[in-house]
Amino acid sequence: MRFGIVVNEGPYTHQASDSAYQFAKAVLARGHEIFRVFFYHDGVNNGTRYTVPPQDDRNLQKLWSELAETHKLDLVVCIAAAQRRGILDANEAKRQGKDGDNIAPGFRISGLGQLIEAGIQSDRLVTFGD
Amino acid sequence: MSTLHTVNKSPFERSSLASCLAHVAQGDAVLLIEDGVTGARRGSSFAEALHAKSPVCAIYILAPDLAARGMKAEDVIEGAKFVDYGGFVDLVAEKTRVVAWL
Repeated sequence: MRFGIVVNEGPYTHQASDSAYQFAKAVLARGHEIFRVFFYHDGVNNGTRYTVPPQDDRNLQKLWSELAETHKLDLVVCIAAAQRRGILDANEAKRQGKDGDNIAPGFRISGLGQLIEAGIQSDRLVTFGD
Repeated sequence: MSTLHTVNKSPFERSSLASCLAHVAQGDAVLLIEDGVTGARRGSSFAEALHAKSPVCAIYILAPDLAARGMKAEDVIEGAKFVDYGGFVDLVAEKTRVVAWL
């Protein structure tokens, strides 16, 4: 079965991103497919590679990036939500005249159409938030 | 068509569990996750409301979230079923859609 996952909250504030990550791992362990993980609202904060939590704490950004690399997942960050919160890739940084980008490996910035498509293409869409 | 309802906040903090229970249909399932697991505490004011819905829909609790809050199986209402994340995935697959009561 094909799953879509929506993450509406950033790491460390609420449990949503942790729950979504554990759920995503379980989806893959059960032999299902993940069509896309869409990061919306404060969820875009999962996708900055400048995240540096204490060494004895889990690094959610890194966990997502590693999961994406291992399983070739499509991690999409909502562009409007990302720009408000200072999450930029190289193209957006250039377009907005900023001096650097911070998008994490495995994440890409795109529009809400990607969420709609995930809803259409997935058999189930599961949302995690506050 | 059956629905899996997920509730992730304590009913003492938000009204999402009450809203959820007001909308469940025969054959649906309610899964309590994160702080939502506290809604199933035995003897609490929501225990009866949850128990009353048991003939309509099954009540599930995400066991790792219950354990993370220092609660055990005997601390929650009778009849509740426990799942791990794999069981959560199975519930999603088994029902035709999922509603997250955020």
